[in-house]
Amino acid sequence: MSTLGKKVSRIRSKNAGPFWITIDIFCGSIDVYKDICLNLHNQKVADLLKVKGQDLKRFEIEKLNVIKFSFPRKIPQGHVLDRDMHGAQMAVLLSEMDF
Amino acid sequence: MICSKVLVPSGVLGLGFDIEALKNGLNRKPDIISIDGGSTDSGPYSLGSGTSKYSRSAIKSEWKILMKAREEAKIPLLIGSSGTCGTDEMVDWMEDITIELAEEMGQSIKITKLYCEQNKEFIKTSFKKQKISSLDPSPKLDADIIHDMSHIVALAGAEQIQECIKTGADIILAGRTTDTAIISALPLMKGADPGGSWHGAKIAECGALCSNNPTSGVVLVEFDKSGFTVEAMASNASCTPESVAAHMLYENADPFILYEPGGYMDVTNANYRLEKNGKVRVDGANWLKSGTYNVKLEGAKITGYQTSLLVLLRDQNYVENAKTWVSKLSNFLKKQIKEKMELDTPLYSLEFRLIGVNGALGELETKVREPTEVGVLCIITSKKTAISNEIAKLINPFLLHYPLTDNEELPTFAFPYSPVHSDRGCVYEFVLNHTLELNHPMEAFRIKTSEV
Repeated sequence: MSTLGKKVSRIRSKNAGPFWITIDIFCGSIDVYKDICLNLHNQKVADLLKVKGQDLKRFEIEKLNVIKFSFPRKIPQGHVLDRDMHGAQMAVLLSEMDF
Repeated sequence: MICSKVLVPSGVLGLGFDIEALKNGLNRKPDIISIDGGSTDSGPYSLGSGTSKYSRSAIKSEWKILMKAREEAKIPLLIGSSGTCGTDEMVDWMEDITIELAEEMGQSIKITKLYCEQNKEFIKTSFKKQKISSLDPSPKLDADIIHDMSHIVALAGAEQIQECIKTGADIILAGRTTDTAIISALPLMKGADPGGSWHGAKIAECGALCSNNPTSGVVLVEFDKSGFTVEAMASNASCTPESVAAHMLYENADPFILYEPGGYMDVTNANYRLEKNGKVRVDGANWLKSGTYNVKLEGAKITGYQTSLLVLLRDQNYVENAKTWVSKLSNFLKKQIKEKMELDTPLYSLEFRLIGVNGALGELETKVREPTEVGVLCIITSKKTAISNEIAKLINPFLLHYPLTDNEELPTFAFPYSPVHSDRGCVYEFVLNHTLELNHPMEAFRIKTSEV
């Protein structure tokens, strides 16, 4: 089985303010975009990120062949328990996920 | 017809920009130079302590170049979110740098400062009057928490920046301001399309990040009655409809909607197209004015005082069993702290992070690999520096020698430096994700003008 990262051109994640994280999946082509829209299920992503399904927002942007996920941080940015201040490692989890 | 041209030298002052690109931009006769000076992106420390993330020397050397450019072009130079966090003291810090440079370069200038810091009593009264609303997610807020905050700032929008522009200042030093308002204020004043003004401002807020060469920094945005065009100023950078549209995704939870003081922008129906001269033309964004005028608040308070220690495990057995070792050690240390310092866990926190195992992701980590060595980062937080340092000294010998099993020779791990504990001082947390309703835009902001 391949990974999501090998399938798409780029995945990045970043804070969207101190209380949210957003992940952008740049699919690179309309075919890959359609495949991922169809086969990447919210629950699988929510389980991976350990967020509640209803907290995970999904945007499909066909113009850019991009799928975007946003979710509230369990630990706000820079809190004593925060391990990744900019939220940029979340992308790695999606990138290494079986797909 | 172009209403106004805004030159953005880079995403933030202190990050650098391409000098040639800046010259190219100035040759295009912009009406204003606008640059951002801050963000919450580096965490709560900057706002909590009221200090700049960037070094004074980096800020001064870049500001010098921009002040020279302004003097030659005879146009206003504007910075928002001065000194990273945009507190009043940081606006004054930016003014000190500006006056120092003006003296060094023999410039006579009119400076307008915009103060955005909030008085706690005003915030408490506004909270009582239900003028403060929480956003999602909503951190708990009450009078005590407001009292405990070291700094509270409100994010200025286009209206407050326009008041500054109206003073006829050569240089505007603004406190905390939305990244976009420093760019949209002038075109909005000059009658450009509101949707286009905000959209163009969002696209250019990080400078050349909307192009294929982000480090070149400089972009020029031309605003008109129906939209805007954006162009990268470095000879080795260019904007494409994709690079421009993709910037709407950046650090934005919703790629179509952006809330600003006084309303929100919706780019659902925006069109992006490449023009022959290398510019990207954009129109179709909408600005929706809200019924009340709300500004976003940011606030930070002290969480505690932190001391950290780092120990390295290289022995194969300890590398393989790092998790078990830390768990046993942690229980043992808590007993020691209770016994010798008479302290229980609510009065302090002791956390271990395994660098090489799951340091960055913690419980979310899915990958299991055997590392060569494991760094054990131990973080102690309590209400007093003296307590955190005392705990660090108490646990020091056990971090160095704690054995995995009872029947083995005492191990010795690697301490990478002396002393092994680092006093990290005061640590802060963000406690506001709220908006404040104002009767009029200047209610929570103050302007001061002076000539040097």
